Amino acid sequence: MSDLYQLSITVNDTEYQRAIEPRILLSDFLRHDLDLTGTHVGCEHGVCGACTVLFDGHPIRSCLMFAVQADGHHIQTVEGLGSPDNLHVIQKAFWDAHGVQCGFCTPGILMTLVPFLENNPDPDEAAIRQAISGNLCRCTGYQNIAEAVKLAAESMRT
Amino acid sequence: MKPPPFEYYNPTTVDEALSLLAEHGYDAKPLAGGQSLIPIMNFRLAQPAVLVDLNNISELSYIQPDEGGGLRLGAMTRHHQVEHDPLIAERAPLIFEAMPMIATSQIRSRGTFGGSIAHADPSAELVAVSVALGGRFRLRSQSGEREAAASEFFLGMFATLLEPQELLVEATFPAMPARTGWALMEVARRPHDFALVGVAAVLSLDDQDRCQDTRIVFLSVGDGPVTAHHAAEVLRGQAPTPELMRAAAETAAADDIDPSSDIHASAAYRRHLVKVLTRQALELAFERAKL
Repeated sequence: MSDLYQLSITVNDTEYQRAIEPRILLSDFLRHDLDLTGTHVGCEHGVCGACTVLFDGHPIRSCLMFAVQADGHHIQTVEGLGSPDNLHVIQKAFWDAHGVQCGFCTPGILMTLVPFLENNPDPDEAAIRQAISGNLCRCTGYQNIAEAVKLAAESMRT
Repeated sequence: MKPPPFEYYNPTTVDEALSLLAEHGYDAKPLAGGQSLIPIMNFRLAQPAVLVDLNNISELSYIQPDEGGGLRLGAMTRHHQVEHDPLIAERAPLIFEAMPMIATSQIRSRGTFGGSIAHADPSAELVAVSVALGGRFRLRSQSGEREAAASEFFLGMFATLLEPQELLVEATFPAMPARTGWALMEVARRPHDFALVGVAAVLSLDDQDRCQDTRIVFLSVGDGPVTAHHAAEVLRGQAPTPELMRAAAETAAADDIDPSSDIHASAAYRRHLVKVLTRQALELAFERAKL
Protein backbone atom coordinates (compact mmCIF):
# COMPACT_ATOMS: atom_id res chain seq x y z
CA MET A 1 0.00 0.00 0.00
CA SER A 2 1.27 3.44 -0.85
CA ASP A 3 1.54 6.18 1.75
CA LEU A 4 -1.58 7.84 3.03
CA TYR A 5 -2.20 11.37 1.92
CA GLN A 6 -3.82 14.01 4.12
CA LEU A 7 -6.78 15.47 2.35
CA SER A 8 -8.93 18.47 3.17
CA ILE A 9 -11.96 18.79 0.94
CA THR A 10 -15.18 20.79 0.99
CA VAL A 11 -18.24 18.83 -0.12
CA ASN A 12 -21.63 20.54 -0.17
CA ASP A 13 -20.20 23.33 2.02
CA THR A 14 -18.96 20.92 4.69
CA GLU A 15 -15.22 20.51 5.18
CA TYR A 16 -13.85 17.00 5.60
CA GLN A 17 -10.36 15.86 6.63
CA ARG A 18 -9.30 12.33 5.76
CA ALA A 19 -6.12 10.32 5.24
CA ILE A 20 -6.42 8.27 2.05
CA GLU A 21 -4.44 6.31 -0.51
CA PRO A 22 -3.70 8.39 -3.62
CA ARG A 23 -5.27 5.77 -5.88
CA ILE A 24 -8.77 6.27 -4.39
CA LEU A 25 -11.04 7.71 -7.06
CA LEU A 26 -13.08 10.75 -6.10
CA SER A 27 -16.27 8.77 -6.83
CA ASP A 28 -15.28 6.02 -4.36
CA PHE A 29 -14.10 8.56 -1.81
CA LEU A 30 -17.48 10.30 -1.84
CA ARG A 31 -19.37 7.03 -1.50
CA HIS A 32 -17.18 4.98 0.84
CA ASP A 33 -15.32 7.54 2.93
CA LEU A 34 -17.99 10.23 3.20
CA ASP A 35 -21.06 7.95 2.86
CA LEU A 36 -22.45 10.26 0.18
CA THR A 37 -23.92 7.47 -1.91
CA GLY A 38 -26.06 9.76 -4.07
CA THR A 39 -23.17 9.90 -6.53
CA HIS A 40 -23.53 6.70 -8.56
CA VAL A 41 -20.78 4.66 -10.16
CA GLY A 42 -21.55 3.07 -13.50
CA CYS A 43 -18.79 2.42 -15.98
CA GLU A 44 -15.70 3.75 -14.18
CA HIS A 45 -14.12 4.86 -17.41
CA GLY A 46 -15.80 8.14 -18.16
CA VAL A 47 -18.53 7.04 -20.53
CA CYS A 48 -21.81 6.79 -18.58
CA GLY A 49 -21.84 10.08 -16.67
CA ALA A 50 -23.56 8.60 -13.58
CA CYS A 51 -20.77 9.89 -11.31
CA THR A 52 -20.94 13.51 -12.50
CA VAL A 53 -20.35 16.04 -9.69
CA LEU A 54 -19.40 19.70 -9.68
CA PHE A 55 -15.72 20.49 -9.10
CA ASP A 56 -15.33 24.19 -8.29
CA GLY A 57 -18.61 24.66 -10.18
CA HIS A 58 -17.64 22.67 -13.29
CA PRO A 59 -19.25 19.32 -14.11
CA ILE A 60 -16.69 16.48 -14.01
CA ARG A 61 -16.59 12.69 -14.01
CA SER A 62 -15.67 11.82 -10.43
CA CYS A 63 -14.43 8.40 -11.60
CA LEU A 64 -11.77 10.14 -13.72
CA MET A 65 -10.16 11.98 -10.87
CA PHE A 66 -8.24 10.92 -7.78
CA ALA A 67 -9.66 12.18 -4.51
CA VAL A 68 -6.24 13.60 -3.56
CA GLN A 69 -6.57 15.96 -6.52
CA ALA A 70 -9.62 17.52 -4.89
CA ASP A 71 -7.52 18.63 -1.91
CA GLY A 72 -8.48 22.22 -1.16
CA HIS A 73 -11.30 22.26 -3.69
CA HIS A 74 -15.08 22.50 -3.54
CA ILE A 75 -17.26 19.58 -4.61
CA GLN A 76 -21.00 19.61 -4.98
CA THR A 77 -22.93 16.35 -5.14
CA VAL A 78 -26.61 15.61 -5.53
CA GLU A 79 -26.93 15.60 -1.72
CA GLY A 80 -26.13 19.32 -1.83
CA LEU A 81 -28.85 20.02 -4.34
CA GLY A 82 -32.05 19.40 -2.39
CA SER A 83 -33.64 17.08 0.15
CA PRO A 84 -36.76 14.89 -0.06
CA ASP A 85 -38.71 17.60 1.76
CA ASN A 86 -37.19 20.43 -0.17
CA LEU A 87 -36.44 19.43 -3.75
CA HIS A 88 -34.26 21.61 -5.96
CA VAL A 89 -36.24 23.15 -8.80
CA ILE A 90 -34.61 20.75 -11.31
CA GLN A 91 -35.44 17.77 -9.10
CA LYS A 92 -39.03 19.00 -8.79
CA ALA A 93 -39.26 19.25 -12.58
CA PHE A 94 -37.95 15.66 -12.95
CA TRP A 95 -40.61 14.55 -10.48
CA ASP A 96 -43.39 16.45 -12.24
CA ALA A 97 -42.42 15.47 -15.79
CA HIS A 98 -41.62 11.82 -14.93
CA GLY A 99 -37.98 12.27 -15.93
CA VAL A 100 -36.97 9.46 -13.58
CA GLN A 101 -37.48 5.73 -13.95
CA CYS A 102 -34.94 3.53 -12.13
CA GLY A 103 -33.07 6.62 -10.99
CA PHE A 104 -29.54 5.32 -11.44
CA CYS A 105 -28.49 7.98 -13.96
CA THR A 106 -30.48 10.78 -12.33
CA PRO A 107 -27.89 12.25 -9.92
CA GLY A 108 -25.35 12.55 -12.75
CA ILE A 109 -27.89 14.15 -15.04
CA LEU A 110 -29.00 16.61 -12.36
CA MET A 111 -25.42 17.69 -11.64
CA THR A 112 -24.74 18.09 -15.38
CA LEU A 113 -27.82 20.27 -15.68
CA VAL A 114 -27.08 22.67 -12.81
CA PRO A 115 -24.32 24.61 -14.62
CA PHE A 116 -25.97 24.03 -18.01
CA LEU A 117 -29.21 25.75 -17.00
CA GLU A 118 -27.30 28.56 -15.28
CA ASN A 119 -25.56 29.30 -18.58
CA ASN A 120 -28.53 28.45 -20.83
CA PRO A 121 -31.75 29.73 -19.25
CA ASP A 122 -33.89 28.96 -22.31
CA PRO A 123 -32.42 25.96 -24.12
CA ASP A 124 -34.07 24.36 -27.15
CA GLU A 125 -34.55 20.62 -27.55
CA ALA A 126 -31.29 20.16 -29.49
CA ALA A 127 -29.25 22.02 -26.87
CA ILE A 128 -30.83 19.95 -24.10
CA ARG A 129 -30.06 16.68 -25.86
CA GLN A 130 -26.49 17.84 -26.50
CA ALA A 131 -26.11 18.86 -22.84
CA ILE A 132 -27.11 15.43 -21.51
CA SER A 133 -25.39 13.48 -24.28
CA GLY A 134 -22.64 12.49 -21.85
CA ASN A 135 -25.12 10.86 -19.48
CA LEU A 136 -26.49 7.46 -20.38
CA CYS A 137 -30.02 6.51 -19.36
CA ARG A 138 -31.20 2.99 -20.19
CA CYS A 139 -34.83 3.45 -19.07
CA THR A 140 -36.47 6.62 -20.23
CA GLY A 141 -35.50 6.97 -23.86
CA TYR A 142 -34.63 10.55 -22.80
CA GLN A 143 -38.03 11.88 -23.86
CA ASN A 144 -39.28 12.78 -20.41
CA ILE A 145 -35.82 13.89 -19.32
CA ALA A 146 -35.86 16.49 -22.10
CA GLU A 147 -39.37 17.49 -21.04
CA ALA A 148 -38.21 17.81 -17.44
CA VAL A 149 -35.32 20.05 -18.46
CA LYS A 150 -37.69 22.34 -20.35
CA LEU A 151 -39.97 22.47 -17.32
CA ALA A 152 -37.01 23.16 -15.03
CA ALA A 153 -35.78 25.96 -17.30
CA GLU A 154 -39.22 27.49 -17.33
CA SER A 155 -39.54 27.28 -13.53
CA MET A 156 -36.10 28.83 -13.08
CA ARG A 157 -36.95 31.75 -15.36
CA THR A 158 -40.15 32.66 -13.51
CA MET B 1 -11.86 -1.29 -12.35
CA LYS B 2 -9.78 0.32 -9.63
CA PRO B 3 -6.37 1.81 -10.39
CA PRO B 4 -3.32 0.05 -8.96
CA PRO B 5 -1.30 1.77 -6.21
CA PHE B 6 1.21 4.45 -7.15
CA GLU B 7 3.35 7.08 -5.50
CA TYR B 8 1.77 10.49 -5.86
CA TYR B 9 3.64 13.78 -6.26
CA ASN B 10 2.02 17.14 -6.50
CA PRO B 11 4.58 19.71 -7.69
CA THR B 12 3.64 23.38 -8.05
CA THR B 13 6.40 24.40 -10.48
CA VAL B 14 7.68 23.03 -13.78
CA ASP B 15 11.20 22.74 -12.31
CA GLU B 16 9.91 20.58 -9.49
CA ALA B 17 8.02 18.37 -11.94
CA LEU B 18 11.10 18.00 -14.17
CA SER B 19 13.23 17.01 -11.21
CA LEU B 20 10.68 14.31 -10.27
CA LEU B 21 10.60 13.02 -13.86
CA ALA B 22 14.42 12.97 -13.96
CA GLU B 23 14.52 11.05 -10.69
CA HIS B 24 11.91 8.42 -11.58
CA GLY B 25 12.46 8.07 -15.34
CA TYR B 26 10.38 5.36 -16.99
CA ASP B 27 8.56 4.60 -13.71
CA ALA B 28 6.88 8.00 -13.72
CA LYS B 29 4.01 9.32 -15.72
CA PRO B 30 2.90 12.97 -15.79
CA LEU B 31 -0.79 13.35 -14.92
CA ALA B 32 -2.46 16.13 -16.89
CA GLY B 33 -6.28 16.22 -17.03
CA GLY B 34 -6.34 12.47 -16.56
CA GLN B 35 -9.29 11.94 -18.89
CA SER B 36 -7.38 9.27 -20.83
CA LEU B 37 -4.74 8.17 -18.32
CA ILE B 38 -7.14 7.52 -15.43
CA PRO B 39 -9.54 5.27 -17.41
CA ILE B 40 -6.50 3.39 -18.71
CA MET B 41 -5.33 2.99 -15.12
CA ASN B 42 -8.83 1.95 -14.01
CA PHE B 43 -8.63 -0.83 -16.60
CA ARG B 44 -5.06 -1.52 -15.38
CA LEU B 45 -3.77 -1.20 -18.91
CA ALA B 46 -1.29 1.28 -17.44
CA GLN B 47 0.28 0.83 -14.03
CA PRO B 48 2.71 3.68 -13.54
CA ALA B 49 4.63 3.39 -10.25
CA VAL B 50 4.78 7.16 -9.88
CA LEU B 51 2.34 9.88 -10.90
CA VAL B 52 3.56 13.45 -11.21
CA ASP B 53 0.40 15.54 -11.04
CA LEU B 54 0.65 18.70 -13.15
CA ASN B 55 -2.69 20.16 -12.08
CA ASN B 56 -1.26 22.57 -9.53
CA ILE B 57 1.37 24.06 -11.84
CA SER B 58 -0.36 27.33 -12.63
CA GLU B 59 2.49 28.54 -14.89
CA LEU B 60 1.39 25.92 -17.46
CA SER B 61 -2.11 27.30 -17.90
CA TYR B 62 -2.46 30.24 -20.30
CA ILE B 63 -3.58 31.38 -23.72
CA GLN B 64 -1.46 34.26 -25.03
CA PRO B 65 -1.06 36.14 -28.30
CA ASP B 66 2.40 36.21 -29.85
CA GLU B 67 3.89 39.17 -31.72
CA GLY B 68 3.56 37.50 -35.10
CA GLY B 69 -0.22 37.21 -34.91
CA GLY B 70 -0.19 33.62 -33.69
CA LEU B 71 -0.75 32.28 -30.22
CA ARG B 72 0.76 30.26 -27.43
CA LEU B 73 -1.06 27.75 -25.27
CA GLY B 74 0.22 26.43 -21.97
CA ALA B 75 0.09 22.65 -21.86
CA MET B 76 -2.28 22.55 -18.88
CA THR B 77 -4.86 24.88 -20.40
CA ARG B 78 -8.15 23.06 -20.06
CA HIS B 79 -10.45 22.33 -22.98
CA HIS B 80 -13.30 24.35 -21.49
CA GLN B 81 -11.01 27.40 -21.29
CA VAL B 82 -9.97 27.03 -24.92
CA GLU B 83 -13.59 26.42 -25.91
CA HIS B 84 -14.70 29.86 -24.70
CA ASP B 85 -11.61 31.93 -25.44
CA PRO B 86 -12.06 34.86 -27.88
CA LEU B 87 -8.37 34.86 -28.85
CA ILE B 88 -8.63 31.22 -29.94
CA ALA B 89 -11.78 32.03 -31.94
CA GLU B 90 -9.99 34.91 -33.65
CA ARG B 91 -6.52 33.50 -34.28
CA ALA B 92 -7.07 29.74 -34.44
CA PRO B 93 -10.67 29.23 -35.54
CA LEU B 94 -9.90 25.63 -36.50
CA ILE B 95 -9.06 24.87 -32.85
CA PHE B 96 -12.19 26.75 -31.77
CA GLU B 97 -14.30 24.62 -34.09
CA ALA B 98 -12.73 21.42 -32.81
CA MET B 99 -13.53 22.00 -29.15
CA PRO B 100 -17.22 20.98 -29.03
CA MET B 101 -16.30 17.76 -30.86
CA ILE B 102 -13.92 16.75 -28.09
CA ALA B 103 -15.75 14.40 -25.74
CA THR B 104 -18.42 15.72 -23.39
CA SER B 105 -18.66 18.85 -21.27
CA GLN B 106 -17.65 16.85 -18.19
CA ILE B 107 -14.47 15.65 -19.91
CA ARG B 108 -13.69 19.13 -21.25
CA SER B 109 -13.87 20.53 -17.71
CA ARG B 110 -10.76 18.50 -16.82
CA GLY B 111 -9.03 17.55 -20.06
CA THR B 112 -6.07 19.66 -21.17
CA PHE B 113 -4.62 20.75 -24.49
CA GLY B 114 -1.16 19.38 -23.74
CA GLY B 115 -2.55 16.17 -22.31
CA SER B 116 -4.39 15.44 -25.53
CA ILE B 117 -1.26 16.16 -27.58
CA ALA B 118 1.08 14.10 -25.39
CA HIS B 119 -1.36 11.18 -25.29
CA ALA B 120 -1.28 11.12 -29.12
CA ASP B 121 -4.49 9.24 -29.70
CA PRO B 122 -4.90 8.88 -33.49
CA SER B 123 -8.59 9.77 -33.01
CA ALA B 124 -7.88 13.04 -31.20
CA GLU B 125 -9.09 16.16 -32.98
CA LEU B 126 -6.33 18.35 -31.51
CA VAL B 127 -3.64 16.04 -32.85
CA ALA B 128 -4.81 16.36 -36.46
CA VAL B 129 -5.65 20.04 -36.05
CA SER B 130 -2.18 20.83 -34.66
CA VAL B 131 -0.54 19.25 -37.70
CA ALA B 132 -2.90 21.02 -40.11
CA LEU B 133 -2.17 24.41 -38.51
CA GLY B 134 1.60 23.93 -38.57
CA GLY B 135 1.75 23.98 -34.78
CA ARG B 136 4.94 23.53 -32.78
CA PHE B 137 5.51 22.04 -29.34
CA ARG B 138 8.02 23.01 -26.68
CA LEU B 139 9.48 20.09 -24.75
CA ARG B 140 11.47 20.74 -21.60
CA SER B 141 13.65 18.58 -19.40
CA GLN B 142 16.24 19.32 -16.74
CA SER B 143 18.92 19.32 -19.40
CA GLY B 144 17.21 21.92 -21.55
CA GLU B 145 14.49 22.70 -23.97
CA ARG B 146 13.77 21.72 -27.56
CA GLU B 147 11.04 22.42 -30.06
CA ALA B 148 9.31 20.07 -32.46
CA ALA B 149 6.93 20.66 -35.34
CA ALA B 150 3.59 18.91 -34.85
CA SER B 151 4.22 17.15 -38.18
CA GLU B 152 7.29 15.46 -36.65
CA PHE B 153 6.15 15.08 -33.05
CA PHE B 154 3.69 12.19 -33.49
CA LEU B 155 5.45 8.88 -34.10
CA GLY B 156 2.52 6.48 -34.04
CA MET B 157 -0.26 5.22 -31.85
CA PHE B 158 0.19 6.85 -28.41
CA ALA B 159 3.83 7.47 -29.34
CA THR B 160 5.59 10.83 -29.56
CA LEU B 161 9.06 12.34 -29.46
CA LEU B 162 8.70 12.92 -25.69
CA GLU B 163 11.38 11.27 -23.57
CA PRO B 164 10.38 9.98 -20.11
CA GLN B 165 12.13 12.87 -18.37
CA GLU B 166 10.60 15.46 -20.71
CA LEU B 167 7.47 17.53 -20.33
CA LEU B 168 5.41 19.12 -23.07
CA VAL B 169 5.12 22.69 -21.77
CA GLU B 170 3.65 24.72 -24.62
CA ALA B 171 1.99 24.57 -28.02
CA THR B 172 2.43 27.46 -30.45
CA PHE B 173 0.46 28.21 -33.58
CA PRO B 174 1.58 30.68 -36.26
CA ALA B 175 -0.71 33.34 -37.66
CA MET B 176 -2.78 32.04 -40.54
CA PRO B 177 -1.75 33.79 -43.79
CA ALA B 178 -4.28 36.13 -45.42
CA ARG B 179 -6.83 34.38 -47.64
CA THR B 180 -6.69 31.18 -45.65
CA GLY B 181 -9.74 29.02 -45.01
CA TRP B 182 -10.19 26.07 -42.69
CA ALA B 183 -12.59 23.25 -41.96
CA LEU B 184 -12.92 20.32 -39.64
CA MET B 185 -15.37 17.58 -40.58
CA GLU B 186 -15.99 14.29 -38.90
CA VAL B 187 -18.45 11.46 -38.72
CA ALA B 188 -19.16 10.03 -35.28
CA ARG B 189 -22.11 8.06 -33.91
CA ARG B 190 -22.77 10.91 -31.50
CA PRO B 191 -21.11 14.33 -31.68
CA HIS B 192 -18.72 13.67 -28.79
CA ASP B 193 -17.79 10.07 -29.62
CA PHE B 194 -14.47 9.15 -31.14
CA ALA B 195 -14.83 9.93 -34.84
CA LEU B 196 -14.96 7.05 -37.32
CA VAL B 197 -13.12 9.43 -39.64
CA GLY B 198 -12.26 13.09 -39.37
CA VAL B 199 -10.46 15.56 -41.59
CA ALA B 200 -8.87 18.93 -40.85
CA ALA B 201 -8.18 21.12 -43.88
CA VAL B 202 -6.34 24.44 -44.11
CA LEU B 203 -6.18 26.07 -47.52
CA SER B 204 -4.39 29.29 -48.54
CA LEU B 205 -5.15 31.08 -51.81
CA ASP B 206 -2.96 33.42 -53.83
CA ASP B 207 -4.37 36.63 -55.30
CA GLN B 208 -5.57 34.68 -58.36
CA ASP B 209 -7.65 32.31 -56.20
CA ARG B 210 -5.21 29.46 -56.78
CA CYS B 211 -4.20 27.06 -54.02
CA GLN B 212 -0.93 28.26 -52.62
CA ASP B 213 -0.73 25.88 -49.72
CA THR B 214 -3.09 23.09 -48.68
CA ARG B 215 -2.86 20.92 -45.61
CA ILE B 216 -5.26 18.02 -45.24
CA VAL B 217 -4.86 15.85 -42.14
CA PHE B 218 -7.00 12.86 -41.16
CA LEU B 219 -7.83 11.42 -37.79
CA SER B 220 -8.96 7.86 -36.99
CA VAL B 221 -7.60 6.36 -40.22
CA GLY B 222 -4.14 5.29 -39.12
CA ASP B 223 -1.62 5.00 -36.28
CA GLY B 224 -1.44 8.76 -35.94
CA PRO B 225 -2.43 11.90 -37.78
CA VAL B 226 -2.29 11.12 -41.51
CA THR B 227 -1.33 13.93 -43.87
CA ALA B 228 -2.76 13.75 -47.40
CA HIS B 229 0.34 14.64 -49.42
CA HIS B 230 -0.98 13.27 -52.71
CA ALA B 231 -4.27 15.15 -52.46
CA ALA B 232 -2.43 18.40 -51.63
CA GLU B 233 -0.29 17.86 -54.72
CA VAL B 234 -3.42 17.66 -56.91
CA LEU B 235 -4.45 21.11 -55.69
CA ARG B 236 -1.06 22.85 -55.73
CA GLY B 237 -1.07 25.99 -57.87
CA GLN B 238 -4.51 25.21 -59.26
CA ALA B 239 -7.84 26.97 -58.97
CA PRO B 240 -9.92 24.78 -56.65
CA THR B 241 -12.89 24.12 -58.91
CA PRO B 242 -15.55 21.66 -57.68
CA GLU B 243 -14.14 19.07 -60.09
CA LEU B 244 -10.61 19.54 -58.81
CA MET B 245 -11.66 19.33 -55.16
CA ARG B 246 -13.54 16.13 -55.97
CA ALA B 247 -10.44 14.75 -57.69
CA ALA B 248 -8.29 15.68 -54.67
CA ALA B 249 -10.75 13.91 -52.36
CA GLU B 250 -10.66 10.80 -54.53
CA THR B 251 -6.87 10.88 -54.54
CA ALA B 252 -6.86 11.18 -50.75
CA ALA B 253 -9.16 8.17 -50.37
CA ALA B 254 -7.16 6.09 -52.85
CA ASP B 255 -3.53 7.04 -52.20
CA ASP B 256 -3.13 8.84 -48.88
CA ILE B 257 -4.71 6.46 -46.38
CA ASP B 258 -4.59 2.82 -45.42
CA PRO B 259 -7.47 2.51 -42.94
CA SER B 260 -8.20 -0.61 -40.94
CA SER B 261 -11.48 -2.31 -40.14
CA ASP B 262 -12.69 -2.56 -36.58
CA ILE B 263 -15.92 -2.98 -34.64
CA HIS B 264 -16.87 0.63 -35.40
CA ALA B 265 -16.39 0.77 -39.17
CA SER B 266 -14.97 -1.24 -42.05
CA ALA B 267 -11.94 -0.02 -43.97
CA ALA B 268 -14.11 0.43 -47.07
CA TYR B 269 -16.56 2.62 -45.16
CA ARG B 270 -13.71 4.70 -43.75
CA ARG B 271 -12.35 5.16 -47.26
CA HIS B 272 -15.77 6.27 -48.42
CA LEU B 273 -16.03 8.76 -45.56
CA VAL B 274 -12.58 10.15 -46.36
CA LYS B 275 -13.70 10.85 -49.91
CA VAL B 276 -16.92 12.59 -48.89
CA LEU B 277 -15.52 14.51 -45.91
CA THR B 278 -12.41 15.68 -47.75
CA ARG B 279 -14.49 17.15 -50.55
CA GLN B 280 -16.83 18.88 -48.08
CA ALA B 281 -13.93 20.18 -46.00
CA LEU B 282 -12.11 21.57 -49.04
CA GLU B 283 -15.26 23.28 -50.27
CA LEU B 284 -15.87 24.95 -46.93
CA ALA B 285 -12.20 25.93 -46.53
CA PHE B 286 -12.22 27.42 -50.03
CA GLU B 287 -15.37 29.45 -49.29
CA ARG B 288 -13.79 30.81 -46.13
CA ALA B 289 -10.48 31.55 -47.85
CA LYS B 290 -12.20 33.70 -50.48
CA LEU B 291 -13.79 36.00 -47.88
